Amino acid sequence: MVQPLNHLKESPSQTAGPYVHIGCTPNFAEITGVYPHDLGQQMITGDVAGPRIRITGRVIDGTGTPLRDAMIEIWQADAAGLFNSPSETRGQADPDFTGWGRAPSDMTTGTFTFDTVKPGAVPFVDGRLQAPHVTLWVVARGINLGLHTRMYFPDEAEANAADPILSRIEHQNRVNTLIATAEGDGHYHFDIHLQGETETIFFDI
Amino acid sequence: MTNGFVNRDRRWHPAAVTPDYKTSVARGPRLAPLSFPTTLGEETGPVFGHDMLGALDNDLILNFGPQGEMAIGPRIIVHGQLRDEFGRGVPNTLIEVWQANAGGRYRHKKESYLAPLDPNFGGCGRCMTDAQGFYEFRTIMPGPYPWPNTMNDWRPAHIHFSIFGQAFAQRLITQMYFEGDPLIWHCPIVDTIPTREGIESLVAPLDMARTVPMDARAYKFDITLRGRRQTLFENRMEGL
Repeated sequence: MVQPLNHLKESPSQTAGPYVHIGCTPNFAEITGVYPHDLGQQMITGDVAGPRIRITGRVIDGTGTPLRDAMIEIWQADAAGLFNSPSETRGQADPDFTGWGRAPSDMTTGTFTFDTVKPGAVPFVDGRLQAPHVTLWVVARGINLGLHTRMYFPDEAEANAADPILSRIEHQNRVNTLIATAEGDGHYHFDIHLQGETETIFFDI
Repeated sequence: MTNGFVNRDRRWHPAAVTPDYKTSVARGPRLAPLSFPTTLGEETGPVFGHDMLGALDNDLILNFGPQGEMAIGPRIIVHGQLRDEFGRGVPNTLIEVWQANAGGRYRHKKESYLAPLDPNFGGCGRCMTDAQGFYEFRTIMPGPYPWPNTMNDWRPAHIHFSIFGQAFAQRLITQMYFEGDPLIWHCPIVDTIPTREGIESLVAPLDMARTVPMDARAYKFDITLRGRRQTLFENRMEGL
């Protein structure tokens, strides 16, 4: 016999359900007067450095139907590649940029929108630079465990080709599921496919 | 800085596709997720200040109705500790909660259950953990509610929790259930969790020691986030 390992187990995930908005974006759910504004709605809080961009997208199920009850959160570096977090050890991130955004899918069209800045490059664990990217986390009714993925930029082909994560993907024909489409004027569109031929690559991080 | 968090045990969490919970069938990915060493983007995450909270944010009995008017239902305190898999308290972390009212009715435009809304109950609240990871809020006990899955499925009484932790890799949404609720063992959403032990870890016991006599009963709900292998603090590595 050996000593027992007394580590705890992570609390199991459960779906966010169809009414996630009540808790996370109550003003969007027309529950007003409790919080002054919905968290994560505004990522740019002042005279932020770097190119401003708009990210739109949809979360699409295995039948091709856009989810109209999803909630998407993004987390990203500022234009200099620094995270606005106490765990950022390399320098001070832009104080006018939170790096974190939260958006519900529109209840009619299913489209989500983030107004943010284009992130700078961040190093991988071995020091190589990763291509600029935005980390996304998706929850909804029917999703039992929040889904992590990344959005890369179509105008960063060279950096994407050298990206340590994109290049380790066995099925290279799936890499394009992580690359947004350019819509012009700093607008990028990123559809997340939960299932099917174009299933987005999700991460077990 | 590599692999800062204990891997998620995907045999402990629900699978993506759990057919008895019908909505998961078209919404669960079928292909395997990609594993890679966590980078700064996963090991950092947003941090919120205690000064963000309003005075009534953690009091769902009072935070929606006109000043002083209370929600109807059994008054309860929900409290516990947020800790990681190594048992360390997770300090200064935002916890958001949402729930139905005492009759099982959510305040949401897509909800059509015939049980009435409570004019003094919104159903959202939030709090932050203290320096040791402890949190508490006050609310009314939610009622069970029927939902369209099979023709006779009822959710057990539950409170939804959204927890940030110290890094995006720890981000978690889950649900708290109440000790002794027989519906727990009939629920296809609860049953997405593969083990009885895992299910029981989401069931909060009645905590008479923290009950406020003549006022509110208490339930204790401890929550565990992924273990952090190393603690980064002010540009200094601590631990291993």
